[in-house]
Amino acid sequence: MKHTNILRPLAVMLGLALSIPAQADTYDITVDRIRIDTGTFKKKGIGYNGSQTPTILKFQEGEDVVIRVKNNLRESTSIHWHGLILPFQQDGVPGISFNGIKPGETFTYRFPIEQAGTYWFHSHSGFQEPDGAYGAIVIAPKGGEAVPTQRDYVVQLTDKHPHSGSRIFRNLKGSADYYNRAQRTAQDLIEDAGAKGLKAALQDRKMWGAMRMMPTDIEDVQGFTPLINGESTVQNWTGIFKPGEKVRLRLINSSATTYFDVRVPGLKMTVVQADGNDVKPVVVDELRIAVAETYDVIVQPREAKAYSIIGESAGRTAMVRGTLAPSPDLVGPFYKMRPKPLLTMADMGGMMSGMDHSGMDMSGSDHSEKDMSGFDMSGMDHSGHDMSAMDMSGMDHSGMDMGGDLPVVPAKGAAGASFYAPGSGLIPTAANGGKFLGYEDLAARKPLYRDRPATREIEIRLTGNMERYIWSIDGVKYEDSDPIRLQYGERVRFKFVNETMMAHPMHLHGMWTIIDTGKGAYDPVKHTVSVAPGTTLYTETEVDAAGQWAFHCHLSYHMAGGMFRKVIVEGGPS
Amino acid sequence: MGAYFKENKIMNKLLLGMAFGPLLALPFASAAVAEVGVSPTVWGVRTDKLEYRVGDDNKSLAWELQAWAGNDELRLVFLSEGVKIEGGDFEEMEHQIRLQKPVTDFFDGFVGLAASTPDGVPERYYGTFGVTGLAPQWFEVEAAVYVSDFSYVGAEVEYEGLLTNRLILTPSIELSVPLVDDPERDTAAGGASLGLGLRLGYDLIGRNVSPYIGVNYERVFGGTADLRRNSGEATEELTGVIGVNFTF
Repeated sequence: MKHTNILRPLAVMLGLALSIPAQADTYDITVDRIRIDTGTFKKKGIGYNGSQTPTILKFQEGEDVVIRVKNNLRESTSIHWHGLILPFQQDGVPGISFNGIKPGETFTYRFPIEQAGTYWFHSHSGFQEPDGAYGAIVIAPKGGEAVPTQRDYVVQLTDKHPHSGSRIFRNLKGSADYYNRAQRTAQDLIEDAGAKGLKAALQDRKMWGAMRMMPTDIEDVQGFTPLINGESTVQNWTGIFKPGEKVRLRLINSSATTYFDVRVPGLKMTVVQADGNDVKPVVVDELRIAVAETYDVIVQPREAKAYSIIGESAGRTAMVRGTLAPSPDLVGPFYKMRPKPLLTMADMGGMMSGMDHSGMDMSGSDHSEKDMSGFDMSGMDHSGHDMSAMDMSGMDHSGMDMGGDLPVVPAKGAAGASFYAPGSGLIPTAANGGKFLGYEDLAARKPLYRDRPATREIEIRLTGNMERYIWSIDGVKYEDSDPIRLQYGERVRFKFVNETMMAHPMHLHGMWTIIDTGKGAYDPVKHTVSVAPGTTLYTETEVDAAGQWAFHCHLSYHMAGGMFRKVIVEGGPS
Repeated sequence: MGAYFKENKIMNKLLLGMAFGPLLALPFASAAVAEVGVSPTVWGVRTDKLEYRVGDDNKSLAWELQAWAGNDELRLVFLSEGVKIEGGDFEEMEHQIRLQKPVTDFFDGFVGLAASTPDGVPERYYGTFGVTGLAPQWFEVEAAVYVSDFSYVGAEVEYEGLLTNRLILTPSIELSVPLVDDPERDTAAGGASLGLGLRLGYDLIGRNVSPYIGVNYERVFGGTADLRRNSGEATEELTGVIGVNFTF
């Protein structure tokens, strides 16, 4: 199977230059019904090659791979190679790339490996991915890693829940707050009243109650046990090092719905790659990894002791600890989870603009003004936030007019805060008070594409109804939507407007997503971009892959609900 | 006639209610393997009350059950509600089947059929329509009109007060106002009946099993109260309740 791609001649030339013969290795994967044991609960689930330890596929840039996938389930399955540039028929999305893999069948994927870096793979059928159908891909670059290390580990995170994916989806549709066990209670009201007065506390409750929204609505699904490489905190995944060695951690977030804040207390992390593409090294203390993203970080533990890899969910409802240690019998220390954040009115900007105001009593706000300045911000709960990170004075009220545009990111703000709505309650801070990675810190190591003006702009409004747990794009669910049509060879600018109160990790298959951070040719090249609530974010895509592709929110239950589009690339080589 | 006839009657009434049940499955029988990005059909079954009531005069078993299936656009909802006196009659027995559809962000409109078939009084059947949803400040409300020769209007308000994330205090108000006289049922136009409840529940196993205790107060007013008094019946009743709710 030969497929032309503009990168291919380049890859071939590089291959010749380095005199590395193209391999054509065969890999076998079985998709199995397995028993999953997290140490806190046991459940039936799905695993690749019969294991809850994620399979790691190790490829070499330039090789032609043949991957035989045997479906041992009693239902159809599929494997999508997340982030890989390949012919669309090999992309593994049932109904778009191919017809899926029937029970008992073996499907053979064949495609050339034209890139290097850390990626992952997962089922794109039903709720098999949250049920355990995911693994890692590590592709060695032709010329060796830009930053060589002595140790190299995949650190693949997931949010393993005792309920099956389909049950979770059903429960959320029945009651959107089904899994929210971090709701504000009478006890919180008493505490708030004590802290800032009863009137302010009641006013705050009244404001959220008027909207029928919850400031605690950060994680749809709680009650999971996070795992690192299939192991929970008690099972304690451990990576071995010798003091002084450089250790590359390939962080992959394969969660169904959970963003993780990752740190290695006591060590700086040097971020060298994001979503498989090398970035200019940036030293941070902590980073937030959205669902489906990958980050490669390098740490250099110098002491002969156990260090912890901590993954704390962004909503602070769960945490996992893995260990880096000089010997396998050592266990990294456990840390206390930080206080739960609360959403603010800034995160609700989109809900405001998209909402029907007829039934709203905004506690004295003047509706005729239709301006955020009419809201009584004094009732807002700032207790959980770093006020220094909130530049309220710089908040552009004019940009938040109801029905108008949401603030464009990167916004001016503290480090790590640029890609959130100004005043957002979701802005993370490092546990040690140090540097927290933001998209604004990412710059491509080498530009992948020539910088050029986009041929056109396409607006993608991320929409939904939280109470009904309905998710859509431009207010239309996938089943009722028309495909997005792109022309081969054009450069499209996507304008993402997040009108919901949740962050959405948007993933375009088959083509790269270049996040506009204002760096031109050096803007970071990714496959997944997290759009924070109440923000407008721009990305650009060089339309260089013919065929039809999936484009969706990577939160499993948002995708299943319809926050999904088919993208058809017209023209180009067939 | 005696016991045999009575048993049969009870069975008939139960069967009538159950007959609505299988209807739920029909429109959604073809729920095959979900296509990517397309909402699968979902369903749920839950009790809002399943309790033993202890009053001055008698003890009774009361239930309120809801089963639904559908998608974001349309849901078929089956409701069953009743009270059985311990060792006696079904004092209340209501079944409804509804088609429910979103009309605003937070409210559904519905149309349906309702059957009221308690013991000792004539059966009544209604066409019904109304709205149900979430009002500002988290009040769950429902208002409906029941249309027949004996039409009435009904409304319900419920609030879930989170004492903690698992210990939940739920006050509720139910009101129904007959629009026409129904002397065979001791009911007069405008003679409202009111139910007040206060239940303290604890989510024991997820949201699946939630035992609770509480109080329930029911009272009739106006012409209805007069009719009940004339028949030697009570016009108000206060009961202590103990129960457990299930969600599937």
